[in-house]
Amino acid sequence: MTEPTTTERATEPMTEDAADEPMRAPGASRSGSVGRSLLKHVLLIAASLAMIYPLVWMLVSSLRPTEVIFRTPGLWLNELYVDNYIYGWTALARPFDWYIVNSGIVVLGAIAGNLIACSLAAYAFARLRFRLKTLWFAIMLMTIMLPYHVVVVPQYILFNNLDMVNTFLPLVLPKFLATDAFFVFLMVQFIRGIPTELDEAARIDGAGHVRIFGQVLIPLMIPALATTAIFTFIWTWSDFFTSLIYLTSPDMYTVPIALRSFLDATSGSNWGAMFAMSIVSLVPMFLAFLFGQKYLVKGIATTGGK
Amino acid sequence: MSAISELSKLKTRRARTPEERAAARKEAGRDNKAGYLFLLPWLVGLFAFTLGPMLASLYLSLTDYNLIQTPEFIGLDNYARMLEDARLHKSLQVTFTYVVVGVPAQLALALAIALLLDKGMRGLAFYRSVFYLPSMLGGSVAIALLWRQIFGTGGLVNQVLQLLGIDATTGYVSDPDYALWTLILLHVWTFGSPMVIFLAGLRQIPGMYYEAAALDGANKRKQFVRITLPLLSPIIFFNLVLQLIGAFQSFTQAFIVSNGTGGPSDSTLFYTLYLYDRGWANFQMGYASAMAWLLLVIIGIFTAVNFFAAKYWVFYDD
Repeated sequence: MTEPTTTERATEPMTEDAADEPMRAPGASRSGSVGRSLLKHVLLIAASLAMIYPLVWMLVSSLRPTEVIFRTPGLWLNELYVDNYIYGWTALARPFDWYIVNSGIVVLGAIAGNLIACSLAAYAFARLRFRLKTLWFAIMLMTIMLPYHVVVVPQYILFNNLDMVNTFLPLVLPKFLATDAFFVFLMVQFIRGIPTELDEAARIDGAGHVRIFGQVLIPLMIPALATTAIFTFIWTWSDFFTSLIYLTSPDMYTVPIALRSFLDATSGSNWGAMFAMSIVSLVPMFLAFLFGQKYLVKGIATTGGK
Repeated sequence: MSAISELSKLKTRRARTPEERAAARKEAGRDNKAGYLFLLPWLVGLFAFTLGPMLASLYLSLTDYNLIQTPEFIGLDNYARMLEDARLHKSLQVTFTYVVVGVPAQLALALAIALLLDKGMRGLAFYRSVFYLPSMLGGSVAIALLWRQIFGTGGLVNQVLQLLGIDATTGYVSDPDYALWTLILLHVWTFGSPMVIFLAGLRQIPGMYYEAAALDGANKRKQFVRITLPLLSPIIFFNLVLQLIGAFQSFTQAFIVSNGTGGPSDSTLFYTLYLYDRGWANFQMGYASAMAWLLLVIIGIFTAVNFFAAKYWVFYDD
């Protein structure tokens, strides 16, 4: 774990594809015969199919009547049965877009909170010298590994006393206080890779910390901010536990809780509608994955490296 | 560099002479105000939502508290009750099985696939996306619902088995012998995110090591055991620690698959499910706090054992 490797990785961690090329001995790849390479691809394709089949099957099944779902393991569609979507959209107390809006509010709030609070803390840890910094930094690293359940009971009691249960505040407010330390760490790693000469140049021009942070570093941190935003989106959109304990009134349900209530509303028997709304809930995550994949990969590779 | 190696590095940094420390303190004075201003939101969050609640839950674990009446101090009664709570013991057994089987299985698969992929091969980006996607979606309610169907009586698995001429009618999610294993399988299915970390680690291994080994006549297996494994060991360790901590806290999948009951016969009663049941279905906040602290201690012990064992198998090349 030499310094050059760290810096190297942090400065260009978000440039895709170049990193897809592994460093290897020239000719090492040619040591395997064509047959072996073919065998490998067969293996990988089989594994890919096994991994992805359930997802594709759910998508196809969402366009089938429930009784057909239960006797058709294949992917062939004779007709597009969109009734599942129509019925599913209106099966709960509110139309499904209501829950999508709820989830949207929480997700946007969480993203804004994480971007602002985590980048502020990261600037302090990466660039400023202050008393007890090592101690705070160590505490910050440890909170990444702290199980949420250890703090959730008193947090719940706190929000309950503040009359904030059944509002979105318990889901959003902590993000504005950088409780997702993982992202603080991710940004610290990233800022460390930005040459300090840029800060120095700005300082000589008379810039203070606020300007160095806002005008020099933030524009350079876009890839790290994108990684944070996409991870926050996917994790908050699919978060179930926090919504489950804080949002008990049906009007406040987010998408995961609404989906869950299908199990009770239709006594878990209308699989067509359940699949249809499940697909609806997965589409935003899938799009975030599709367009944000390079940031996700780089993000966890940067923090996950040795 | 991961959070974990940063932490171990901090420990070594602490050894300084008094003069150095004095100099450092003088130096540190420079940005004190700005430092704490930028850190302020995080500091408030730390005390309001992390350290404060931790202390509060430690105190609550010594009380009987139902959210309405004031907490009544009962000493260690909650902990004593835990010793005799059969459902708690069952939930520990379920969770340990899930962690001890699921985590190594998932990591082994992640490593195996990463090794197959790390060759600058054709289709690499495609394979990586396909394997990574499930780990992004796997924690969602939608996937848990899908699992409930797939492993139900008339679900996809049995349909396929019937196509193969097997008379399969077991409802795996409703059979205590199988239900937990469907969740372990779901965990293994999400191997994509450790796989991506392994891929990044494999790319850090200089190609010249393999070149030199090949010149010395080392075969692939020997290269794997002598070069890949030791140089990858810090990353295996990182994945192991994080996945263990994560697996202990699994909740959503078991909750959905059993519709909140942890059934059948408590066979999927994850520790967190039982904690939720005590705290939010029965309003035993004191007992739930005691359970939360036990969870912290258990995860702490597992992590400490890991860090201790790491001395013997994790190799740092600097």
